Amino acid sequence: MSHRAALPAPEPPAGPVPADPSGLPGPAGVSVEGLRVHRGKSTVLANITCNIPEGRITGLLGPSGSGKTTFMRALVGVQKITAGTVTVLGRPAGDPANRHDVGYVTQAASVYRDLSVLDNVRYFGSVHGAGREEALAVLNAVGLSDFAKRRAGDLSGGQFSRVSLACALVGKPRLLVLDEPTVGLDPVLRAELWTQFAAMAAEGTTLIISSHVMEEAGHCDTLLLLREGMLLAQLTPEQLRQGGETDDLELAFLRLIQAAAEDERKAAS
Amino acid sequence: MNVSMMWATSRRVLGQLRGDPRSIGLILVVPALLLALVYWLYQNETLPPGMPRTFDRVGLMMLGIFPFVVMFLVTSITMLRERTSGTLERLLTTPIHKADLLFGYALAFSIMAALQALVATGTAYWVFGMKIEGNAGWVVLISVLTAVLGVALGLLCSAFAATEFQAVQFMPVVVIPQILLCGLFVARDQMNGVLHAISNVLPLSYAVDGLQQVAANADPTADLARDLVVIASFVVVVLLLASLTLRRRTA
Repeated sequence: MSHRAALPAPEPPAGPVPADPSGLPGPAGVSVEGLRVHRGKSTVLANITCNIPEGRITGLLGPSGSGKTTFMRALVGVQKITAGTVTVLGRPAGDPANRHDVGYVTQAASVYRDLSVLDNVRYFGSVHGAGREEALAVLNAVGLSDFAKRRAGDLSGGQFSRVSLACALVGKPRLLVLDEPTVGLDPVLRAELWTQFAAMAAEGTTLIISSHVMEEAGHCDTLLLLREGMLLAQLTPEQLRQGGETDDLELAFLRLIQAAAEDERKAAS
Repeated sequence: MNVSMMWATSRRVLGQLRGDPRSIGLILVVPALLLALVYWLYQNETLPPGMPRTFDRVGLMMLGIFPFVVMFLVTSITMLRERTSGTLERLLTTPIHKADLLFGYALAFSIMAALQALVATGTAYWVFGMKIEGNAGWVVLISVLTAVLGVALGLLCSAFAATEFQAVQFMPVVVIPQILLCGLFVARDQMNGVLHAISNVLPLSYAVDGLQQVAANADPTADLARDLVVIASFVVVVLLLASLTLRRRTA
């Protein structure tokens, strides 16, 4: 394992990860201390500690089943947690005062299939006090202006998931949590969305985006790498490339994962 | 509780219905058609002079029972969809209050229930010449109340169903015992003690009793007032129970 020594944060998996190894300036939008989630007898998240910088894009990466969705649900405050503290925008996760400021887009698009695109966005806007103008502006931003009157259920998969995104954007959240927002989208649209996410971050929105497509990691300012409910590392895409000794983020990630698995085997034997 | 969020929810639910004209048709027309069926069922009965038609008795009770059944089904399926599609979880991450959501639902379906009650009662009076002592307005009011009761029970029961198939199976559990014991088939005071006691705690019994009060008395009676209060209290309690089933934080 020649690249093993060059990893920036080769912590033992169960140990705490340094607060902000990415070295990014600015206050933490989200800080997580010793977060544990057990579901039944299985451990979904084991002792996660990290800070997520405000006004940046943080990528949440890991194989499926690594706990990405559960971690995001904990940030939004809809997940029952076993231990630890989750502080979001200075308040405990799930605090009623946060409901205006946190937008959450689930992996499966959660919108009303039997309503028009505009009616969907207007309804989710109305709970934030946003009106028709804001709804139309958001539809424009996600490129669905031409489909405003169409029934959401009649749209293609990619358009449908953008309706779900629009329903979160209309509340103008300060923290936007997106669970695999680019799955099933064509490359052109993916690129457009990432441009838009970057613009939102530039305006001060904190974005947390999960993905299992590693090439998308390059769009993020920092990365949280999850594996089997544990935080493997928090680093920048550049640090990941250096650590994996390759420009291919996918390969770098694989090497990191294999190194962690190797460590585990050694510890077990 | 925020009236504008509640109203937005009602508008959204009605908007979803508007996209489904067949369901609107079924909600509005089916009770009137079933009433016609009851009318023809008793068409050939021979009555001693001075005896009221069976249709006047049974058809009147049907005006309280049909809206209850239809609204229970419509609501439990709609709310179940909200739970399974992820939109409920999403809504519960927003500032909307649970009461805004539940009362928004109740209001939207009550509007449909009122239309349904008007169509059914109008059919009973003008097409089939139903004759009762009291004012038809009371009949419409009781119909709407039982429909809202159906909405409230549907909202509650949807929490215990994981699939639409299960939700439909709640009808035999929740609705049919009430129909059997409400006094439609056997007058409640002629039931054995156990059944009578059970029927005393079932809300539909009070709807049927109220309709009988309207049928027998030209002016509203104290019993009618009591029946209306009992049904309304059931609605509020069931809605509160339903709000307990909406959890912002889940495993």
